[in-house]
Amino acid sequence: MAIRLRGVVKRFGAITAVNGFDLDVPEGTCVGLLGPNGAGKSTTMKLLTAQAIADEGTIDVLGYDLPKDSKVARAEMGVVPQLDNLDTTLTVEQNLRVFTYLYRVPRAQRRERIEAALEMANLADRRDTRADKLSGGMRRRLLIARALVHRPRLVLLDEPTVGLDPQVRQELWALIDALRSEGTSILMSTHYIEEAERLADTVTIMSHGEAVATGRPAELIEQHAGREAVEVYGAPAKLREVEAAARAGGMSTRRTGTSVAILRLDDATNGGPPEGERRPANLEDVFVLLTGEEIA
Amino acid sequence: MAATTAPAQPVRARRRIGRLERSALAGVLVREIINYSSYWRSVTFSSTVEPTIYLLAFGFGFGSLVSTVAGYDYVEFVGTGTVATAVLFSSVFAAMFGTFVKREFQRTYDAILAAPVDTEELVTAEALWIAIRASVYGCAPLIVSMFFGLDPAWGMLLVPGICFITGFGWASAGALISALMKSIDNFSYVTSTLITPMFLVAGTFFPISGLPEWAQIAAWFNPLYHCVELVRGACFGFDGWVDVAHLGVLLFFAVLMWRLAIWGTGRRLID
Repeated sequence: MAIRLRGVVKRFGAITAVNGFDLDVPEGTCVGLLGPNGAGKSTTMKLLTAQAIADEGTIDVLGYDLPKDSKVARAEMGVVPQLDNLDTTLTVEQNLRVFTYLYRVPRAQRRERIEAALEMANLADRRDTRADKLSGGMRRRLLIARALVHRPRLVLLDEPTVGLDPQVRQELWALIDALRSEGTSILMSTHYIEEAERLADTVTIMSHGEAVATGRPAELIEQHAGREAVEVYGAPAKLREVEAAARAGGMSTRRTGTSVAILRLDDATNGGPPEGERRPANLEDVFVLLTGEEIA
Repeated sequence: MAATTAPAQPVRARRRIGRLERSALAGVLVREIINYSSYWRSVTFSSTVEPTIYLLAFGFGFGSLVSTVAGYDYVEFVGTGTVATAVLFSSVFAAMFGTFVKREFQRTYDAILAAPVDTEELVTAEALWIAIRASVYGCAPLIVSMFFGLDPAWGMLLVPGICFITGFGWASAGALISALMKSIDNFSYVTSTLITPMFLVAGTFFPISGLPEWAQIAAWFNPLYHCVELVRGACFGFDGWVDVAHLGVLLFFAVLMWRLAIWGTGRRLID
């Protein structure tokens, strides 16, 4: 197991950010940590690098007990942070060079690792460009390259594509997918449903510091939302009526902004859902059902 | 995107990693050195020109009114005293602002602490780097003073070492101040109430023997005073056990501030 958390609790004063959290990341898999803002994803990531210390529970990373053996665990993992923390006045190559030292890459291998990281991130022709002159997508690629320069066994990706446009996001997805296919274990926190659906072997949905569901995306969809959903459009008053009727009939609903999605159609006890657009149920349906519709 | 490289095999033989490791210190130092290559001109300019201006202003200003102070030519007195000023300027402010910016704005420490580096190693390596710089910049006023009549002496070879110990202490103090302050604006309070008085009551520009008794006693608690006395000892001849005491105070200050800086920085970086 690359990561194993059991009953982890982290409090900040009166606020409990992580509340009895369990998580498994099997070796060589990509696990998506999905949850709304404030669910405890970033705190969990900090616990895994011992930049936060758990109040209760056990944390095992790559076979090492945290926080006691966190330093040796960190030597074997790479971290891509949510916030850009590159050295902006250094060039792309210099940024990577610094981290070959910090991650203790042997002297004889430094050059080769830097070249491999530049190649992997498609930044070889930008090696002499200062980090503050790179586009947002290039900076994000450099952050990923920096986390991989020592060829880690485990990579933590904290919201890896937040704030990026769709083209750049797809480019990064291909990179993460390539990593996974080569056997690197990945824990990726995200609030982009599509990202988790496409990249993660299993997903843990987090809400208020707890794991509210864990499984393969398809299984979670089947289990919590059913195979299909019906979208009903209309005026707010009509949507309220549809919602009430669907719930009275044993189905689940979620608002999508302009419509109501009727879920768990197989549970219908009152003749089935109303007329509307049929579509496959998706992970976003599960996410909203389990984490609630209110904005934190 | 091109293909990635496969993860390295785990090295279980290296399972135990200790404290204050050379490789972790080297990693942080290399980061500082590579960064320094992008801003060394501005730092070197301010760290050498500023104390030199003090030296020239006081040397020529007071020097025209006073020929000797405490048995020395005034230019020799102020030239050796300004060494401590150069060390102070190039260490405490670099640490205060540098660590605050890296911690709060650039998030550099988050990146470093995600690597196999502990807070203790981070603080130690940064203080070492600032101390090395201070030991070089501290010599600038001495070299300038030689053009105005300060005679070279073999003892001056000890000045970089004295500057290093003092710079390490002040760099650690700067890191501690940075860790205790919630806003960078609050540095003004520390500068006005702590650093400026220390800088003036250190025997740099005038001897402390002319000050009231309470100020003379207070000067013994001022690390800068001990730096000034040791530098003068190195340049003009040591004063036996008194200078050993000066060195002892400087070492105590450096070790105390180092440990406090590690404690304070850890509190700010580890939740």
